[in-house]
Amino acid sequence: MAALFFYLFSAVLIASAFMVVASRNPVHSVLYLILAFVNAAGLFVLLGAEFLAMILVVVYVGAVAVLFLFVTMMLDVDFAELRQGFQQYLPFGALIALVFAAELIVVVGAWAIDPSVLKVVQGGSTAIPSDVSNTQAIGRLLYTKYIYFFQAAGLVLLVAMIGAIVLTLRERSGVKRQNVAQQVARTKATAMEVKKAPFRAGV
Amino acid sequence: MLPFPVLAPALPEIILVVGALCLVLLGAIQGDGARRAIQTLSVGLLIVVLGLVHLSGGKQGVGFEGAFIADGFAQLMKVFTLIASIATLLMSFQWLERERVERYEYSLLVLLATLGMMMMISANDLIALYIGLELQSLALYVVAAIHRDNSKATEAGLKYFVLGALSSGMLLYGASLIYGFAGTTSFSGIAAVVKGGAPLGVVIGLVFLLAGMAFKISAVPFHMWTPDVYEGAPTPVAAFFSAGPKMAAMAMFVRVVITAFPAIAPQWQQIVIFISIASMALGAFAAIGQTNIKRLLAYSSIANMGYALVGLAAGTPEGVQGVITYMAIYLVTTLGSFGCVLLMRRDGQAVETIGDLAGLSRTRPWLAFSLAAMMFSLAGIPPLAGFWAKFYVFGAAINAKLFALAIIGVVTSVVGAYYYLRIVKLMYFDEPKPAFDRGDASVNGVVIVCTIFVALLSIAPAALFNAAAAAARSLF
Repeated sequence: MAALFFYLFSAVLIASAFMVVASRNPVHSVLYLILAFVNAAGLFVLLGAEFLAMILVVVYVGAVAVLFLFVTMMLDVDFAELRQGFQQYLPFGALIALVFAAELIVVVGAWAIDPSVLKVVQGGSTAIPSDVSNTQAIGRLLYTKYIYFFQAAGLVLLVAMIGAIVLTLRERSGVKRQNVAQQVARTKATAMEVKKAPFRAGV
Repeated sequence: MLPFPVLAPALPEIILVVGALCLVLLGAIQGDGARRAIQTLSVGLLIVVLGLVHLSGGKQGVGFEGAFIADGFAQLMKVFTLIASIATLLMSFQWLERERVERYEYSLLVLLATLGMMMMISANDLIALYIGLELQSLALYVVAAIHRDNSKATEAGLKYFVLGALSSGMLLYGASLIYGFAGTTSFSGIAAVVKGGAPLGVVIGLVFLLAGMAFKISAVPFHMWTPDVYEGAPTPVAAFFSAGPKMAAMAMFVRVVITAFPAIAPQWQQIVIFISIASMALGAFAAIGQTNIKRLLAYSSIANMGYALVGLAAGTPEGVQGVITYMAIYLVTTLGSFGCVLLMRRDGQAVETIGDLAGLSRTRPWLAFSLAAMMFSLAGIPPLAGFWAKFYVFGAAINAKLFALAIIGVVTSVVGAYYYLRIVKLMYFDEPKPAFDRGDASVNGVVIVCTIFVALLSIAPAALFNAAAAAARSLF
């Protein structure tokens, strides 16, 4: 069953990753990107890393991909023009990809893990407890041992937010704003004006 | 279950955070209408925190699983930093109001930057160091560009941000190398690993870490941002930059090299000696051609960081004592100098060129006297405070057998004396220009206090030196 889902997620992931690059419409590209992220999250769930899966969905799908979507829809970038010369650069790109692949094969082929490191990893002082999920384990550590870093990082984000508001928020004059209270407070007397139009004379 | 985190050593910081968050809420609800109240409350909050830090008496204490340390060194440096923040806040309000950049967020950002500085001073772990530094830097980038309709101020903010991000990256890269090779981020853990011979990766990481920190104290060759940022940022902001953040970054610098890398002192001493000499020389020669007083003070601060590092290069308790004394005296002198610059207003306009000071002794004799005292002190002429500062760092260098460093320091301070004394000459012997406007009471007050300190330190210097000595001992 797990194998079936693995192949399902992997196949959709690779296909949608290809479509990100290949689709002509940039908005479609971003939508395929979101699909790729969701499938990668599915792979993480299969691995038992449910926390990473949720982070991937929340951060990448929820924030980053939506931001991308905004940018591609808001900015008037001529993607067709960007794509020009794609054919022309193809051989050169293929050459670089080949070099990169050869390097990867050489590096991974000669991969060896230091036995002393292996010993530390396997016989480490911290045994993996079986009764806590990894989200729980991260939470326990983050809110106790690393509470200082966690809170301080929160403050850094607060400063970033205040800074963005200070530097960009402007009170514009001459902009029509909706005032809900004013709208609700309108009565028949203020909103309507009854005019008597003379018969056969036009207004 | 892990035990509840130890909070007591960080009590002043926690109170500062809670207070700052309450003020953020007040500002968010009331808007600019609550600006005055927020300004007053910010200063009050900082004074309360200063009192708490002072009352803690420098008790040794480690909190948050060793990430946060409170000791005599941290206490003294925090006192200086808080004094700098309070003084710059007091000097800013009316000035910013006149320049029409009054915004309540200014005080909040200064509060949060001060919190970052306190975290940097108390950092006992690479992660704590980095987060404190980022908190401080992010607030400073925004404060530099707070005058957002002024192209010079936005340029200063952007320049500071880009270069600061680069230096943070270098620092982080160094920290990751150190963590990778030492296997721990805590300073005591790193010291234990390094004791038995430092791996090459740790040494390379240390170089990057020092480069990142040298940027924050604006030491050569990472000083390029300083003159532009000081010139572009509003003057009270430049005063703030030159005082508190320098103090905190220097404290962090000292703590890292002394507590985490005592075993490889010869390795970092080379770097400290090099940046010290380069800063002193560049600060002395590049300031000669300046016509803008804020740029001149920027080069002066670069040179002063070089002098302070002379004490650190010695690597002894005496040297650290010299650094603390130097930074304390530099802090007061730079606040006083920038206070005088803030008082340079003619017909409602701030003026910044050195030529505008001509003949000040006849139009505003007391202001001229104060600025002259600051300049003589920066030049290191006895009996002013600056003499003692230089005396202690050079003394420490000579006792550590760093004769060449001390001699170069003395020579560059003679060169530097030229441009400090040129300002005195302009004020006392040149034809007067039209008088400056009457200054704000708070700025006048800060300048008077700084002048009294600089002029009269020689009467009772022991209090400062003993406090510095006790603080230095707590590190070793």
